[in-house]
Amino acid sequence: MQKTESYMRALRCRECGREYPLTATHVCEFDFGPLEVVYDYDLIQRRLTRAALASRPQTMWRYRELLPVVDEPTVGLQVGFTPLIKADRLARRLGIRELWIKNDAVNYPSLSFKDRVVSVALSRSRELGFDTVACASTGNLANSVAANAASAGLRAYVFIPSDLEQGKILNSLIYGARVIGIRGHYDEVNRLCAEIAGKFGWAFVNVNMRPYYAEGSKSMAFEIVEQLGWQVPKHTVVCMASGSLLTKIRKGYEEFLKLGLAPETEHRIHGAQATGCSPISTAHKAGLDFFKPVKPDTIAKSLAIGTPADGFYALKAIKETGGAAEDVTDDEIREGMRLLAECEGIFAETAGGVTVGVAKKLIAAGVIPAEDSAVLCITGNGLKTLDAVTGCVGQPREIKPSLREFEALVANEETVTA
Amino acid sequence: MATQVRIPTPLRKLTNNQEVVETTAATVGAAISELQARFPGIKERLVDERGEVRRFVNVYVNEEDIRFLSNQATPLKDGDEVSIIPAIAGG
Repeated sequence: MQKTESYMRALRCRECGREYPLTATHVCEFDFGPLEVVYDYDLIQRRLTRAALASRPQTMWRYRELLPVVDEPTVGLQVGFTPLIKADRLARRLGIRELWIKNDAVNYPSLSFKDRVVSVALSRSRELGFDTVACASTGNLANSVAANAASAGLRAYVFIPSDLEQGKILNSLIYGARVIGIRGHYDEVNRLCAEIAGKFGWAFVNVNMRPYYAEGSKSMAFEIVEQLGWQVPKHTVVCMASGSLLTKIRKGYEEFLKLGLAPETEHRIHGAQATGCSPISTAHKAGLDFFKPVKPDTIAKSLAIGTPADGFYALKAIKETGGAAEDVTDDEIREGMRLLAECEGIFAETAGGVTVGVAKKLIAAGVIPAEDSAVLCITGNGLKTLDAVTGCVGQPREIKPSLREFEALVANEETVTA
Repeated sequence: MATQVRIPTPLRKLTNNQEVVETTAATVGAAISELQARFPGIKERLVDERGEVRRFVNVYVNEEDIRFLSNQATPLKDGDEVSIIPAIAGG
């Protein structure tokens, strides 16, 4: 991979197809449609082969040709290639033949899938000459920008709703990032950041760097396909905030199909939301191709985006792949977190509870048939959202440092459970 | 005193780089028409063929999304602030 060569050709508006140069810009000047990176797939096909991949390091950057940087990446070189776990115990509990967990709760370095998008965004920001990076975030993105910027020696500003979980706030502050809490929900933070981005010449990873940033999510799909032995899964359940991850998982699968890296198979992508912030799943269930913005009210704060920027494309991806969308209540989210923890030993954040809860519902309803196989995308770590389960998972029992007391406790427990 | 409309970067080529434009229009819809009269071409950037605000354009009056108010019929008064903002990605 010593060769430095750009596989990017331009940025292109998803709405009208107008093309733009590969700069730090994110919307079409004509219709405000989002810009997306255009690649030279013929060139990529010659370079990105299974044989070439066999000798590359196990990180997301092994798929570098399909990631939007010109030179070798400089930030987040260790990100990705998280475990894909065959979740037999959870499969039995949910009533499905085969279940896999793609576990980005242990992504490096900041324990969420956001490290994928941030390593791309910051590598590209450096290429474009920025020394300050910024983001609007529901928490995980802030943590990842703060951590990756620190290791890259970049100055970071992160903007978050001021009522975020303590864990997520501390997880940004520790890296020395400038953390700005906004008294408002994420959509308000986002609106302010769009205005700040227009005024300050910074690389806002999810604003002016969005076309590059968003592409990083595809690596989760690439890894799933490779880890399944070059198979695209029939069912994938993905949680939705802005809807970007879901659309990029689909794009990742379809790029691998286009490049001949996996055989063409049906691949349904299902979207998961919290009932307290479900503009996309509500629209899908009502058969609409547009969504109505909502004011979020859910414990799944990382998914609490009431005006999802990629909601329209997420609806389209779900519909076109034959997928479904569903949402779950706060109690179902906590139950989903517990199920994943008790069955598989994985402590996911609230968004993971959303994904598991929705998968449970879709399997129970037969939307994901019991004889099929499914992949659940777990995007963040439970240690960051402890507030959500505090008081809901029991208490430790206290005893004196006495063997007799412990024996009494066990005897009592045996009687109770017998 | 009038309503201040904050113009986003992608549209400033049309407003001779003015970041803020003042209007005395009574509603958001009327303000868009007034902008069009002063800066020809701006309306079609904001509104589609059916007259609806484009899918990827968010309009706010005093920080509130007009889709939670009365869309283009949302009234404007002296001192109000209108922001026009492209949808952006999360997380």
